[in-house]
Amino acid sequence: MGDSQYSFSLTTFSPSGKLVQIEHALTAVGSGQTSLGIKASNGVVIATEKKLPSILVDEASVQKIQHLTPNIGVVYSGMGPDFRVLVRKSRKQAEQYLRLYKEPIPVTQLVRETATVMQEFTQSGGVRPFGVSLLVAGYDDKGPQLYQVDPSGSYFSWKASAMGKNVSNAKTFLEKRYTEDMELDDAIHTAILTLKEGFEGEISSKNIEIGKIGADKVFRVLTPAEIDDYLAEVE
Amino acid sequence: MSIFEYNGSAVVAMVGKNCFAIASDRRLGVQLQTIATDFQRISKIHDHLFIGLSGLATDVQTLYQRLVFRHKLYQLREERDMKPETFASLVSAILYEKRFGPYLCQPVIAGLGDDNKPFICTMDSIGAKELAKDFVVSGTASESLYGACEAMFKPDMEAEELFETISQALLSSVDRDCLSGWGGHVYVVTPNEIKERILKGRMD
Repeated sequence: MGDSQYSFSLTTFSPSGKLVQIEHALTAVGSGQTSLGIKASNGVVIATEKKLPSILVDEASVQKIQHLTPNIGVVYSGMGPDFRVLVRKSRKQAEQYLRLYKEPIPVTQLVRETATVMQEFTQSGGVRPFGVSLLVAGYDDKGPQLYQVDPSGSYFSWKASAMGKNVSNAKTFLEKRYTEDMELDDAIHTAILTLKEGFEGEISSKNIEIGKIGADKVFRVLTPAEIDDYLAEVE
Repeated sequence: MSIFEYNGSAVVAMVGKNCFAIASDRRLGVQLQTIATDFQRISKIHDHLFIGLSGLATDVQTLYQRLVFRHKLYQLREERDMKPETFASLVSAILYEKRFGPYLCQPVIAGLGDDNKPFICTMDSIGAKELAKDFVVSGTASESLYGACEAMFKPDMEAEELFETISQALLSSVDRDCLSGWGGHVYVVTPNEIKERILKGRMD
């Protein structure tokens, strides 16, 4: 910080055309724990590392993957508290849509609303950008969908994506492994293998989280027992 | 006299086999005096979705404008047309926003949904939906429309027969109501076609 006079005001462009605070937010994401998502032919999986600061923390109390609606789930890399704020706002948006149209919000619409909030926090006074990137997994009338939303408010639809520590390694690994006709169970295996690539220490059902949604359009976070089963299949 | 009866109106919608019909009278009156004989109460939202608004004419036009505005925004945002069920929920929400100073209209919504399944519904001026499988009516002629429709309606009619039925139901009903009439306006909507016809009845 303080490396230039443009470091502080969010809304002032540096002479090179960058908004330095957004770059810092992206740095915060880049040093966060790895998360990744894969869109399969019949569903979507999102997964993340769950490294805890001490072995004394009760790992069952930490939930990094959250529901936004029954058919949309989300995971983050970056700052946990910022993620909570976004989840709260997104859920509210989804409920408002449901109240107005009596129809569940489409994934694209919810992602756009969430991205709009993130953009507003790059241009408003008295606030800072969110220090998180999101991976949103959902299944609606348009089929399985995976979106990544960044602190700048830009969002993209991905076949497979990763973020946080070791992004580039994870992405290269996904590029090698990804196929269009992959099914949900294959995608879960690939997700585990990708996490394993850059994992420091022994991977187990206690230090990763996996969420999946299939053609039944119900998003579900896997229980540690289910993760153990998948881990056994991978080995 | 209720404010809903100030201008006089008759709106009816019926379900057929993969099609629906919606019809209204054409009179705009001020109590017993006729002001216009070409008043539009039915409007197209998109090719497979129509709304008819009975009740106070000024609120009919205002509400119509708001609904078209909301639907256009929806089309731009979601890049698709609204499903009839979705549109009905939107109308209901917009009406209930004005719970304590309502738009003095009773909407009739008719549309073709996925797989060309017809949908009809009506609601009161504060948005309480009433769904029906066969027909819905509203306006000052609603009582006589109920009778006529109950007598004439058959399930699964084809477009042409549906047109005859809804037209006869409308014309015979408005003859028994002083405040509506002066011919009718009928739309019959099939998956590929919209047939719009203007009816002449007792023009007094």
